[in-house]
Amino acid sequence: MNRNGPLALVFHTLFLGFLLAPILIVCAVAFTSEGYLSLPTNGLSLRWFYAIADNPEFVRAFRDSLVLGAVSSTFAVAFSIPAALAIARHRFPGREAITALFLSPLMVPHIVLGIAFLRFFTQIGLGGTFAGLVLSHIIIILPFALRLILAASTGMDRSIENAASSLGASSLTTFRRVTLPLILPGVASGWVLAFINSFDEVTMTVFIASPETTTLPVRLFLYIQDNIDPLVAAVSAALIFMTVAAMLVLDRLYGLERLLVGRGQE
Amino acid sequence: MTAVPSDDSRRYDMTTDTSPASTVAASAPPASAPADRPSPVPYLLSLPALALFAVLLLVPLAMTALLSLNGFSFYTGIQDVWSLSNYIEIASDSYFHEVFLRTFRIAFLVTLLAAVLGAPEAYILRRMNSPWRGICLLIVLGPLLISVVSRTLGWALLFGSTGLINQALLAVGLIATPIEFMYTETGVVIALTHVLVPFMVLSVWASLQRLDPQIENAALSLGAKPFTVLRRVVLPQVIPGILSGSIIVFALAASAFATPAIIGGRRLKVAATLAYDEFLNTLNWPLGAAIAILLLVANVVIIVGCNRLIERRYKQVFE
Repeated sequence: MNRNGPLALVFHTLFLGFLLAPILIVCAVAFTSEGYLSLPTNGLSLRWFYAIADNPEFVRAFRDSLVLGAVSSTFAVAFSIPAALAIARHRFPGREAITALFLSPLMVPHIVLGIAFLRFFTQIGLGGTFAGLVLSHIIIILPFALRLILAASTGMDRSIENAASSLGASSLTTFRRVTLPLILPGVASGWVLAFINSFDEVTMTVFIASPETTTLPVRLFLYIQDNIDPLVAAVSAALIFMTVAAMLVLDRLYGLERLLVGRGQE
Repeated sequence: MTAVPSDDSRRYDMTTDTSPASTVAASAPPASAPADRPSPVPYLLSLPALALFAVLLLVPLAMTALLSLNGFSFYTGIQDVWSLSNYIEIASDSYFHEVFLRTFRIAFLVTLLAAVLGAPEAYILRRMNSPWRGICLLIVLGPLLISVVSRTLGWALLFGSTGLINQALLAVGLIATPIEFMYTETGVVIALTHVLVPFMVLSVWASLQRLDPQIENAALSLGAKPFTVLRRVVLPQVIPGILSGSIIVFALAASAFATPAIIGGRRLKVAATLAYDEFLNTLNWPLGAAIAILLLVANVVIIVGCNRLIERRYKQVFE
């Protein structure tokens, strides 16, 4: 560390403490050996992590969240690839408007989307179904996938594609053998970021989930509203560990800074 | 909730960035781009996503707008009448005024705190050296990817009357009786600041990237004190970043749901939790829809309006 005065470093330490405190406390409480919330705790144990397994509701919600995240990010990526190629490579009337439309779910509060989807799905008979959850999640995570795939296809060298087609490759072959491999890092990171966003979503999902099909964050949210015990801390801690793991994968795959800031460091 | 910033400035960056690629396309062999007539290819490529968004985004939002004009009775449910009665009810009832006022007060305080904490932190991060900078940036931005529910649970654990914050304050002797954080605006503001401050760091960080460190060195070598450099050289160039970060934080704070619901509980209502209650407890869907539409309009006006303003005011910085 350099060029920062002692005052700046004190501020920095306090800031990191502020950011980490609630996350660390959740992990600390999760390892308590007591049957109730206690801090500081007398002993460490994994009993609350084992207790998760005895709560079929959490286990089922976790499984549903995983499937929902995987299915909806796959769809989001599949819709994003052609759209990203169109936006990155062509200038056409309405291009800005189409881009703005695809990114607009970022601007609409999720509470509003939740209400809109609840109304819509109830009217068309998809209320409380898993299909409804998938459709709504595709909409909210598509912007994340699109942005990364767009960045990848914008930076790509098109002369390689031209070479492929001039050598007689069909456009499908060119896409499959040349374009897709070249934008694959963007596609893969787009998928992971979309998955994380689907997996974490609670505000919109709380409206459209039903007791039978619900996601882990929604289950957790409804549970916390009634009572807070070491069990929810253990579930949260497990979620945090998983996110950190996904984060490390993303960092290796794409670079977390590039992913979040949107451009290279230097 | 976990969202990467959606400020328009970045969106414009992205669309302008594509110009080199499309000039390449234009000068490519005639097979790929007929210059005179708009090609149907881009429309065909974006058609699937366009259809999806038309059916699944525009239709539901339009239906919500229509729903907000419907009537409601506790005996017959949603009534097929069309009027502005829900909006009039919200505009005339002091209970709704109080909730909306509280929502904006919380959002304003969160934005202010995020700016005061996030902007210096971004500057400190930028002045760090290589391994530390990456690690610290990861710690600062990482929470964005962690579920809001988990992070808010952490604050609920810290806040409780026997929670660590009160234990520490009591032990140090700063307070004589535990402070109430749960179910208070103070608690909601602290927890929301924690959830949203990374967006501010991100935004300021992005604007710091454009800053040439040589300018600071030039000011120092010309005899300016470090504080003067900060105030006269760094701050003016970072202000657009702080402002666009503020827009994101304000918009997200004003429409936040999970954090106010957990920390604020059922007593301390904000606009989002109010809409939730109307929908899932009172079952007055038209009124809930009206609250949602107001929230949406306020959000869009703030985001689009402020972005326009900033871009006009600080045009030279965005060049």
